[in-house]
Amino acid sequence: MNTVEILKFAIDLVAVLLLALGIKGLSKVRSAREANRLAAVAMGFAVIGVLVNSLGTTGIVAEAWIWIILGTLVGGSLGAMTAQRVPMTSMPETVALFNGCGGMSSLLVALGVAIFPAAAAGEAGGGLVEDISIVVSVFVGSITFTGSIVAMAKLQGWLSTPPWMQSRARHAVNIALAVMSLVAAIELGRHGDNASALWLLVIGSGLLGIGVTLPIGGADMPVVISLLNSYSGVAAAAAGFVVGSQLLIVAGAMVGAAGLILTQVMCDGMNRSLVSVLFGGALGASSASGGGGEYTNITSCSAEECALTLEAAERVVVVPGYGLAVAQAQHTLREVTRVLEAGGIEVTYAIHPVAGRMPGHMNVLLAEADVPYEQLKEMDVINPEFPATDVVLVLGANDVVNPQAKTDTTSPLYGMPVLDVQEARTVFVVKRGMSAGYSGIKNDLFELANTSMVFGDAKKVLGDLLVELKELGVGKKG
Amino acid sequence: MSIPTEALWVLLLGSLLGLELIGKVPPTLHTPLMSGANAISGITMLAALTLIIKAGADGNAALLAIGSVSLGFALFNVIGGFLVTDRMLAMFSRKSARRKDTNS
Repeated sequence: MNTVEILKFAIDLVAVLLLALGIKGLSKVRSAREANRLAAVAMGFAVIGVLVNSLGTTGIVAEAWIWIILGTLVGGSLGAMTAQRVPMTSMPETVALFNGCGGMSSLLVALGVAIFPAAAAGEAGGGLVEDISIVVSVFVGSITFTGSIVAMAKLQGWLSTPPWMQSRARHAVNIALAVMSLVAAIELGRHGDNASALWLLVIGSGLLGIGVTLPIGGADMPVVISLLNSYSGVAAAAAGFVVGSQLLIVAGAMVGAAGLILTQVMCDGMNRSLVSVLFGGALGASSASGGGGEYTNITSCSAEECALTLEAAERVVVVPGYGLAVAQAQHTLREVTRVLEAGGIEVTYAIHPVAGRMPGHMNVLLAEADVPYEQLKEMDVINPEFPATDVVLVLGANDVVNPQAKTDTTSPLYGMPVLDVQEARTVFVVKRGMSAGYSGIKNDLFELANTSMVFGDAKKVLGDLLVELKELGVGKKG
Repeated sequence: MSIPTEALWVLLLGSLLGLELIGKVPPTLHTPLMSGANAISGITMLAALTLIIKAGADGNAALLAIGSVSLGFALFNVIGGFLVTDRMLAMFSRKSARRKDTNS
């Protein structure tokens, strides 16, 4: 080992250590922010390691520098701009987009090496392992890219699931695509430089990514993004084999495995198995048959009536959902709860594990609006407290407060943990209309005698509520 | 044909490490953790970098371009991922900082 190699080795070791500490720290509230920075520093070290190694051995020609700087500037600045501009409400889509680009990067590396085999000559040094890693990198990278883009488009509402995709036919299509990719992969493994097999694999796995992601319903989407995130780690590890970088293999494997665990944690939160998320079809798919039907006995009321009830309450629980995020109403909500608190009313927030479009979505949103962290209660903590609650304010949440999940064994939601809001004395549901929730399933809560609907956009209703509460003088006398 | 046994060991141990790193994660941190891990998966930029350097040495213009695009995608992932995670986490830490102020 010469000096350069030792230096590069030391840098890599430090980078791996920092990355591992970073991932570990990200799972604790107290250390999360520092951990994120630590991981970023580790990535910087890793880049320096590669550059030092190349400078000390083969050198880097000027032309290579130009392309490096070009790629860095364009990609980096676009990334920074996107990260700065995107509103907090569309975090899930953003993560999906970033993730897809990571997959694309691995795919391109593998393609480059596959097209120009002479360029590779990594530690894998040609042969079977390199062929396999190219195949894995192309396959996983391609799936990650298309899958993430579809996930993003669906969350953005740019794309909805075509009906045939919800039928059983999609399984046949996906199996056909998987077989097509497999054949191409085997062909590629047998004769390394087979251009048509390579493109067949790219297209087959790309379409497979679309086919698998497209039918998945919104509530399950976070799980899919987390899984795709894990895939992009696998793709990175495979790319590590292709170019012969152990650091890349370690980091990719860590992210892949950690992503898998996170996916499992998310599934547990929804009481769903990974298999049923991926192959059981969207909850919405079966809704037409199960638990459908028209609403009867709906009571609706105005913001004024709602304000009167709130004024008389002692304990209020707010249940935020995706509707709140869409309406960007978190700040207005905070104003309303400030008035209530000033009036001596106890306000807490019930956070369902999968409220919104991503676990933790509501926490991020409410934190943005300065809601104290300790007022956010997790489902297990808040559920026993509902019977002692005067008013529950459901803001743009639907499936997570559907009592069907506990009572109706035929319901597709059955078994999913829900918030028992119906136990409270009065429930107000703020909702734009009577349309079904993301799962497309009827919500029995809306028909209960102690439930009143307040129709309207969450922000507008909360604004009206604020005016009414102020007119009533709530919070003035303290 | 050579089998890179070391690299396979690295793969195995890295996977095991990843499985152990995350135990119980509070729901609050699911999104930031996912986002942070996602940024780290952009580590494939190292592969892109290696590819460009090699292509430069070989004078392979097409591969230089492929590598550069790949590097761009990876950096979009890395820079964007870390910044967005930091933005999310900043909200939590700002909160606790303020709480400390009011308590004291």
